[in-house]
Amino acid sequence: MSAVGKLEHGAHRAGQALETVVDQAHSQELHAATSTGLDHRKLVMWVFIASETIFFAALMATYLVNRGKVTPEDGPEHLNLAVASFNTFILLFSSLTMVMALQAIENAKKRRMIFLLAATALWGLVFLGGQVYEYAELIANGITFDSNVWSSSFFALTGFHGTHVFVGIIWICMLIIRALRGGITENNHLAVELGGLYWHFVDLVWVVLFTIIYLI
Amino acid sequence: MATNVLALPRAAEPTGIMSWITTVDHKRIGILYLVTAVIFFIIGGIEALIIRTQLATPSSTLVDPATYNQVFTMHGTTMVFLALMPLNSGFGNYFVPLMIGARDMAFPRLNSLGYWLFLFGGLLLYSSFLIGGGAPDAGWFGYAPLSERAYSPTHGIDFWILSLQLLGISSIIGGLNFIVTILNMRAPGMTLNRLPLFVWGTLVTSLLAIFAIPSISVALFLLLFDRTFATSFYLPGGSGDPLLWQHLFWFFGHPEVYIMIMPSFGIISEVLATNSRKPIFGYAAMAFAFAGISFVSFTVWAHHMFAVGMSPLADAIFAGMSFVVGVPTGIKIFNWLGTIWRGSLRVNTAFLFAAGFIGQFTIGGLGGIMLAVVPVDWQITDTYFVVGHFHYTLFAGTVLALFAGTYYWFPKMTGRFLNEKLGQIHFWLTMVGMTMLFLTMHYVGVLGMPRRIYTYGPNMGWDLWNLIETIGAFIVALGVLFFIVNLFKSMRQKATATNDPWDGQTLEWATSSPPPAYNFASMIPVNSPRPLWDAKYGPHSEFASNPKKIDLSGGGNANVHLPNPSIWPLVLTIGLVIIAIGIIFGFNGGALALDISSMGMAVQSLPIAFAGGIVVFFIGLVGWIAQPAG
Ligand SMILES: [Cu+2]
Repeated sequence: MSAVGKLEHGAHRAGQALETVVDQAHSQELHAATSTGLDHRKLVMWVFIASETIFFAALMATYLVNRGKVTPEDGPEHLNLAVASFNTFILLFSSLTMVMALQAIENAKKRRMIFLLAATALWGLVFLGGQVYEYAELIANGITFDSNVWSSSFFALTGFHGTHVFVGIIWICMLIIRALRGGITENNHLAVELGGLYWHFVDLVWVVLFTIIYLI
Repeated sequence: MATNVLALPRAAEPTGIMSWITTVDHKRIGILYLVTAVIFFIIGGIEALIIRTQLATPSSTLVDPATYNQVFTMHGTTMVFLALMPLNSGFGNYFVPLMIGARDMAFPRLNSLGYWLFLFGGLLLYSSFLIGGGAPDAGWFGYAPLSERAYSPTHGIDFWILSLQLLGISSIIGGLNFIVTILNMRAPGMTLNRLPLFVWGTLVTSLLAIFAIPSISVALFLLLFDRTFATSFYLPGGSGDPLLWQHLFWFFGHPEVYIMIMPSFGIISEVLATNSRKPIFGYAAMAFAFAGISFVSFTVWAHHMFAVGMSPLADAIFAGMSFVVGVPTGIKIFNWLGTIWRGSLRVNTAFLFAAGFIGQFTIGGLGGIMLAVVPVDWQITDTYFVVGHFHYTLFAGTVLALFAGTYYWFPKMTGRFLNEKLGQIHFWLTMVGMTMLFLTMHYVGVLGMPRRIYTYGPNMGWDLWNLIETIGAFIVALGVLFFIVNLFKSMRQKATATNDPWDGQTLEWATSSPPPAYNFASMIPVNSPRPLWDAKYGPHSEFASNPKKIDLSGGGNANVHLPNPSIWPLVLTIGLVIIAIGIIFGFNGGALALDISSMGMAVQSLPIAFAGGIVVFFIGLVGWIAQPAG
């Protein structure tokens, strides 16, 4: 490195240090740098997801203690593995479109992002459709919410998950509206990232549910 | 930004009722929490006096058994969810941002939402007396199947379920907000190992809350399904299992005890260090003890269930883990003693309550260790020994600490001192009364008196002890009366408190009393857990000499940008309450306990109320999103 280069490098470092000092001086201001470097909203999303894991863990525990209490013909045998597998695929695919939506806005491709968000919401709706189909099938076989502890646990567990998917769809729709009104840009797209975090979490929960309900 | 609902000047203190309803200032929300929770504390106290009066003499007929069940259920639920938790939240709201040198909480409007959910959750619970056909009557622990429709046919339990769900959301929101605030908004230099211990306590409580409360939320949903949709999650007749309730409840219930006491540990640490004019002894050990207790608290829940017949191995594991809790707790006790040791003590009311806390809480802890011994537990579970024990942790623990905190921080919040003479009377009445009340319970429990009974025969040998307990209860109540009088009397005094009346160590004393809306105009450097002390006496100084005067209030900095007031948290809350009432009445196929139509409201319209609640909720949500936060 030449002497001038070194000097420039030094000046650059000093400038960075100064910036850090100024940053710290401003850290009392709203919207300024945070102690951890993570945006408040991003941090709260992660902690909220941590809290949600206990909610689903409690429901899964309920399902697991009750699954052995009925004979297969009282419920488990009427589950539709094909529909559930299809649903799992759909939801995983929706996670992919969600990732691509975030990537699109990071590359300043807003229209592409809106299209991909819409696709994600659509996959979510298809998933809910599949769930309704499976519920209808079970009910047609005489298995309802109050039939036995297995059916109650099954409907409670998948029902609460479905509600989370539904909330996610509304969330994505709000993101689309916001983007159409100019509220999301390549420099201001944290909202998409947060919606994505939630959506991936809900997908991940489904993968676990699918495993404990249909596979083991 | 002038696009907000109420265009109020930023730094000037707005006044009037609307300014309180729409406030997002953490200090005002803190005061709302504290005042509301004190009112609920008094209501819960009156319920306690009814219980004690009923039990004062054998074969008493003051209240009938059904009423008695409602009163002790409401007493427990009120004290846990509507008094102790929100009192901690109130102090946390007011002081955590001040102690870490922040301008507000990370999410001011969520903070306001947490308060409204708390207030309306409490009002919903108490409305069960009027419109639920009776209050809940299955205990604060709501054990199934007693809490099932067959055994508790009024709407009381439904109100209990829905209000606890609202209060749970409130606590989770509050917990999320505290965690983000504490992790993200510390003043430059305030690393995690320089957090004041009260902030540590609040951080740990918040973590416990967000991990524990989802478990009771699920438990309550399943109970609601049993009661409303004829499922049988907890009904053995339908191959459900009452023990599922107990596991889900105590997975929440044991950490809940620590949720109520961690901030208290913090308060005691602050009060003792300041009034001993010394740094806290063993700061790092104290911080690790917080983390240790909170982790272990998730592994001991089944010590509430030794009597249900678990395997000997499970009993042994849960007993062993329960003993482990004693270790970090013991570390704390010894560190507090080390803090006082050779300090230059200022024996004021706050210090007395903190010192009383150490002695009395230790008794509570020892009782806990006795109960963790499985064979002992088999003998005395469900007796008054247990009642005495947990009152020694929650009254001798949390309540004494909250009194200490009130006497300590009142000057900061109001600019006025609480009267010392009345305070000391309050302290001594409390000490004497609570010992007569709760220590005696241990003894009468060993004599065999069961919990939750509404009366007892005259030939049991319990008469004298119960009478002593009741007299003790009224002495405690007299103490609280002195406290309330003190609050009102002191508020009418002239504001004489300076910024730093106790020669404090932490940042809340570095601003005016009460602080301006923006808290601090500038910040002192933070190089230790007691930045103000360093600034006054120089770094590394153990003991005080000739303080430098520090004033960071900067005298009215009107340019500080503060978040907009907002009405939407209240709108959201009202939507949720209407939904809750809709669920209670609208989805129940069974007979209504009360003829609602006589109140001019058709029963069929209740599902409509449910739908209306959702509409109000969404109006609130859209309004919230559309309003610029800052
Ligand atoms: Cu416990």
